[in-house]
Amino acid sequence: MRRLFMPLLVVATAMFAYAPYMIDGAAYESSMGLVQKIFYFHAPSGMMMLLSAIVCGVASALYLWRRKPAMDHLALASAELTVLYGLIVIATGPLWARKAWGIWWDWDARLTMSFVGWLIAISYLFVRKYAGPGSDKLGAALAVFGMANVPFIYLSVNLWRTLHPKTSVVPSLPPLIRGPFWFSALALFLMYLLLLTARLHLERQRAALDALYLAEED
Amino acid sequence: MLPMSLVSRLLMALALVQPAAQGEFVPVTPGTATEQLPAGPLVIAAYAIIWVAMMFYLWTIWRRLNKVETDMHALERRKHTK
Repeated sequence: MRRLFMPLLVVATAMFAYAPYMIDGAAYESSMGLVQKIFYFHAPSGMMMLLSAIVCGVASALYLWRRKPAMDHLALASAELTVLYGLIVIATGPLWARKAWGIWWDWDARLTMSFVGWLIAISYLFVRKYAGPGSDKLGAALAVFGMANVPFIYLSVNLWRTLHPKTSVVPSLPPLIRGPFWFSALALFLMYLLLLTARLHLERQRAALDALYLAEED
Repeated sequence: MLPMSLVSRLLMALALVQPAAQGEFVPVTPGTATEQLPAGPLVIAAYAIIWVAMMFYLWTIWRRLNKVETDMHALERRKHTK
């Protein structure tokens, strides 16, 4: 994984830097105009938030079952990424909504469930930091609930009446919007892999440090 | 029975008033669109938030990693001097 880090860093940073130029050249959406350009990073950030919540939940479930520290490290790293991408979604969404809907926020199903999913990830990090011995298992149980929320977040726009665009938007994107969107989504996915790799390395180094301290005590 | 019917009618009326969620995006025909409110600052703010959040998180990982590696080196040095 360490050998992959530098090429990943170069490619992800280059794509992330180039994405705004592609977005600038994309077609304007007919009803929303310029503000719709927020979509190119807002929606992929939402995808990454849901992806990291799933990774966190699966790793936590495996940790509860097998008790392998590697799964716990993956869950902790993914929880931080859920908070990061959730913050981006929750901060950029209202900027788009203010222009498109005339309001900063609406307590509809999609927005409320996304906010709850983000709060669950923050709760996980608080539990890991402050709950003391056994916080790894307590946090893992919380992460499984966080993962259970993901399908409801995704389907909420189809199940209930909301202001938020439906899930049919992305599959039906016209070619002039589709290309820049998937380019941005790939850039954000590579950024996600990069951050996950770096965060996992940190957690492994912490585990090695703990082992060194224990060896010294013995 | 009558109040229930009134409530259901009211709910149906409210549902009709609420705008429907957008099902697809349609590209604009060049030269037909005009902006009513300036969207530029909102778009710039959104992109600035994304960049700052990503770079800040990367910096926090780097800072935490430096601290752990400093502690590891200090511990190893202590072990060798014993």
